[in-house]
Amino acid sequence: MSLFDIILPLAKTNQTVFAPILSLPLPLHLAIKEIVRNKGRFFLIAVVVALITLLVLFTAGLAEGLGLGNREFIEKVNTDLIVYSDKSELLIPGSRISEGRIRDLRQFDGIADVGAIAWANVAIIVPNKEPIKVALGGVLVSHPGEPVVVQGRQLDFKRGMEAIIDKSTAVRTGLNIGDPIRIRSLVASKEKIYDLVVAGIADSNQYGLQPTMFVPHLTYEKIRPRASDIVSIDGKTPPVTFNVAFVKLNNPDDSVNMAALIESQIADSINLSREADGVKLVNKQTAWENTPGYSAQQSTLGIQRVFTLLIGLLVVGSFFRIQAMQKIAQVGVLKAIGTASWKIGLAALVQIFTVNAFGVILGAMLTWLLTLAIPPVVPIRFDGLDALRTVLLLLLIGPLGGLVAVRALLKAEPLKALGLAS
Amino acid sequence: MKTALQANTVLKTYQNAGQTINAVDHVSIEVKAGEFVALVGPSGSGKTTLLALLAGLLKPSAGQVLIDNSLLWQMNDAQRTRFRGDKIGFIFQASNLVPFLSAQENVELMLKLKGRLDRSGKARASDLLNRLGLGDRLNNLPSQMSGGQQQRVAIARALIHEPAVVLADEPTASLDTERAYQVVQTLQSLIHEQKRAGIMVTHDLRMCRYVDRVIRMRDGKVAQIIESKADLLQLSNTDH
Repeated sequence: MSLFDIILPLAKTNQTVFAPILSLPLPLHLAIKEIVRNKGRFFLIAVVVALITLLVLFTAGLAEGLGLGNREFIEKVNTDLIVYSDKSELLIPGSRISEGRIRDLRQFDGIADVGAIAWANVAIIVPNKEPIKVALGGVLVSHPGEPVVVQGRQLDFKRGMEAIIDKSTAVRTGLNIGDPIRIRSLVASKEKIYDLVVAGIADSNQYGLQPTMFVPHLTYEKIRPRASDIVSIDGKTPPVTFNVAFVKLNNPDDSVNMAALIESQIADSINLSREADGVKLVNKQTAWENTPGYSAQQSTLGIQRVFTLLIGLLVVGSFFRIQAMQKIAQVGVLKAIGTASWKIGLAALVQIFTVNAFGVILGAMLTWLLTLAIPPVVPIRFDGLDALRTVLLLLLIGPLGGLVAVRALLKAEPLKALGLAS
Repeated sequence: MKTALQANTVLKTYQNAGQTINAVDHVSIEVKAGEFVALVGPSGSGKTTLLALLAGLLKPSAGQVLIDNSLLWQMNDAQRTRFRGDKIGFIFQASNLVPFLSAQENVELMLKLKGRLDRSGKARASDLLNRLGLGDRLNNLPSQMSGGQQQRVAIARALIHEPAVVLADEPTASLDTERAYQVVQTLQSLIHEQKRAGIMVTHDLRMCRYVDRVIRMRDGKVAQIIESKADLLQLSNTDH
């Protein structure tokens, strides 16, 4: 049942309830009466607007979901600067930061804290379900990089076999605080199973569109997939490396200067010793924008969104333009009997806005209902402010598309009523 | 009786292929309140153009049109539009009624246009429609009424706001003979009763039995004026 189905019986039968419309100004009176008496036609265009709204909001939600899936961990990590190895082209998997380099970073004045993370992929084995692939982050406990839990507790470096899982992992696995987690990893081409315990659950912290879990770095070194199960060569432990380091500054406003200072001083020390790669420090936004495919993906979805909005503009514009053409003779009569052009134009605008608004609201409600049915693995997220901005844009676009129709109505000549035209 | 409508040597010219055509050629007419006049003549004789000039829908190339002693072309567009809503009632040949308004609402439209739609206005509209035999059609849309019923609604709409002049363009063109007679007879009686000046453009000379004067036009000029009852009756009985 549509809104029109509710209004129409009132219009037909209940003069008292519908009395306010009788006292409406002429443009509103004409606009509303026409909608009510031609509800089928107007409902159809409202449904088309609703579908366009659904498409635009879903595209926006997909862009946000995919974007968030790529940048969420970086966006939420408690850091001012992210440290990559110099020749990594700002690609996290290709970057290597040694333990020694982290010690170097800690020596700089103005640095409050340094953390680091190493990433790998493992699968969580969930009874009666397909294994769930997650990004495994090895972090320095109690330093930037370890996510803040919203349930349970932070990692304890004394308790090695425990993990923090993010909300998206918790939702997909159904794991809770204190639950055991069984991890499947590949070591020397053999499947190895490790058992850990959930210490805490952090807010959603996706990395590379995957749900995440975080363990102390020593645990990470033990359970991460690797080519060999030999942990020492000639009695020496291989050097510990991370992918990126995180630098928390005493004065975050000085991040640009600090980045330049650290890069140049480390470069100088390399020139002297010739023993390691340099570093590149960037802020969080630069880091996520350099995530492979991020910018291309966001611009593609942005263009798709603009095109969908343009289609909306054309559909609403065409519908009301065709309707205006069909009404030229009738408008001629209205003008001949003394209706001012602006009243006819205003009536058309009211009509366009009403139908468009009905369609946009219907579309927004449909979108909301559909989101309730979407499984968490689908990367669609709605940013309230962005959705509101999109809805407002759609509300504006309808009347904008209808302006051509309004212009046609304003230009209609009253002489048409007599079958004459100048 | 007071003169309601006056056209003084009105000329309307058009340019066509470098030639000037006088669609209405120095026509002067005067219609008094309570008088019903028919404009007749062959196609292209200029009767509809004259009606458009009298309504203020078309600007004369020369001459003046006065309604209720007001010069139409001394007003600006907005004033003239408002003036039409106040002083003129229209009945058109086609697309006459607003399709999404009921019979009652179509009649009330003229009062709404002037911001004068109140309880008494609504009562007057339904009374008028009742008088025209449409009491059971008040809430019907135009598409739910016959052509004759629609034209009677148009007559009610043309008269509800008490205009000085009623202009009708071929009001019987789409009606059968019996309905055409009914419509014109109703129009005539209301024009006489309410003391309006009525001008009807028609092809159908049979309708001339209901008018007080016939102005026959040819080539944009007034070719003949017939006023006597006997001549009008004879004209309306001419074998068509």
